Amino acid sequence: MRQDVAVLGAGMHPWGKWGRGFVEYGVAAAHAALADAGLDWRDIGSIVGADTVRGGYPGYVAGATFARALGWQGARVASVYAACASGAQAVNTARAQILSGLSDVVLVVGADAAPKGFFRPAGGDRPEDPDWLRFRVLGATNPTYFGLYARRRMAVHGDTPEDFAQVKVKNSAVGALNPNARYRSRVTADEVAASAVVADPLRLLDICATSDGGAALVLSSMEFARRHGAPRPVRIRAVSTVTPRYPSTVLDLPDIATDSAVAVEPAAETFRTSIASAAYEEAGLGPGDLSLAEVYDLSTALELQWYEDLGLCGQGEGAKLLREGETALGGRIPVNVSGGLASFGEAVPAQAIAQVCELTWQLRGDAGERQVAGAQVGITANQGLFGHGSAVIAVR
Amino acid sequence: MSRTRTPVVARWFAGEGDEFKLLGTRCTACTSVFFPREDAHCRNPGCPGGELLEVPLSRRGRVWSYTDTRYRPPSPYVTDPELPWEPYALIAVELEPERMVVLGQAAPGITVADLAVGMEVEVVSGVLPASAETTWNWRPTGVRA
Ligand SMILES: [Zn+2]
Repeated sequence: MRQDVAVLGAGMHPWGKWGRGFVEYGVAAAHAALADAGLDWRDIGSIVGADTVRGGYPGYVAGATFARALGWQGARVASVYAACASGAQAVNTARAQILSGLSDVVLVVGADAAPKGFFRPAGGDRPEDPDWLRFRVLGATNPTYFGLYARRRMAVHGDTPEDFAQVKVKNSAVGALNPNARYRSRVTADEVAASAVVADPLRLLDICATSDGGAALVLSSMEFARRHGAPRPVRIRAVSTVTPRYPSTVLDLPDIATDSAVAVEPAAETFRTSIASAAYEEAGLGPGDLSLAEVYDLSTALELQWYEDLGLCGQGEGAKLLREGETALGGRIPVNVSGGLASFGEAVPAQAIAQVCELTWQLRGDAGERQVAGAQVGITANQGLFGHGSAVIAVR
Repeated sequence: MSRTRTPVVARWFAGEGDEFKLLGTRCTACTSVFFPREDAHCRNPGCPGGELLEVPLSRRGRVWSYTDTRYRPPSPYVTDPELPWEPYALIAVELEPERMVVLGQAAPGITVADLAVGMEVEVVSGVLPASAETTWNWRPTGVRA
């Protein structure tokens, strides 16, 4: 049984370093999504906020914080935290309310005001927290993990730093066309190669920045969409929120070690692959049906890994797919035509929602110069710290 | 120098010199090994749950991947802001008997130029530079710092 929900509206606050609070970005994105949907905030039956850990209590109760800023109107409220997958879980919470009949129309909002430089754990001595431990014991930042994956790809698949740089070249070329992106200039391979090494073999321009930003969606039942005069909206057909399977044998953030596989043979697919396959199974679609993909390019090398984990090519063939131009705008399966995190930077609770905004505009044919011709089906993919899967499939 | 150093985390490693080793736990019901140690419950979803006993991990393994830290990590990593930042390498090591990968800092003086995926390394005792707490390091076998 497949049941779709309609995307009636999508909106963003542009990414950047604006120096304001996350509430302001979220409210701006919400107003944009409501205007896009042609709805008044008072028409909304439920609001779901993706939590902003840096905002203290207001961030932890993001749904209510945005509702208060928009004006209390009695809507049902939820707040969800799943690290980088928070946005996808917010979308999923909204979808569950719609499909169960609890709400007809739901506003989903995520926003962040990120600090400059490395993300770091919350303060205090917290030796029970694996994220605190990896900083305290190893000084292992997010880029060091990205460096480990990149080096591993070079050793196993023969990828080169030049391949990684080409991901940045590709994403910055489309990011330059996106008014919501933080970085709006094209980057050359020489510029990537000239940037400082952050975590060998990755350089500054291989790694996404931290940013401020906000994104919002108005989701509804198909019946509400018809009544509202949107008979053929973009539809969300699947939301994958899977956890890994024991033993998880690929070293990953924030863990200092993998699970041991002495007692249980690992599943044939890795965690990232399982995120995508759960979405495909729920949608009744496969990689061959896709028109485009928005993936979490925390680093250039990680984007290549997603090609393989989404089944866009075989394992180890990501760099080849890139070199052949298949993932560029105009290629067989364009990836990150929004510009990706390479152009946006991370605004953690907003990013998975922003990915769905991009799918929405692409599937409507509203993406302007970065439009994927004839887009019919899109997938988003990311992964939240502590074992949160995140993928959304939207169709036209 | 005879002052006593404290371990950066209690009960993750023990011993001196050639006896230095990482300590994990092993489930008596399903044989799963855990590092960092699990003392509360076995995380194998198919396990009825067994006693978790402390076990040493293999002292040698092979490099799964490696990288380095060209910029000063944020707190809670302890650094001396008065001193210029000295990058160190991080090595992820595949332990064959345990079928797991364990990350650690490389021994002092080992840079990414000294490393290759698949290279054999061994665990040695180390010291966290600014905090002077003891920790574990990975060092290519045969190298004496
Ligand atoms: Zn067990």
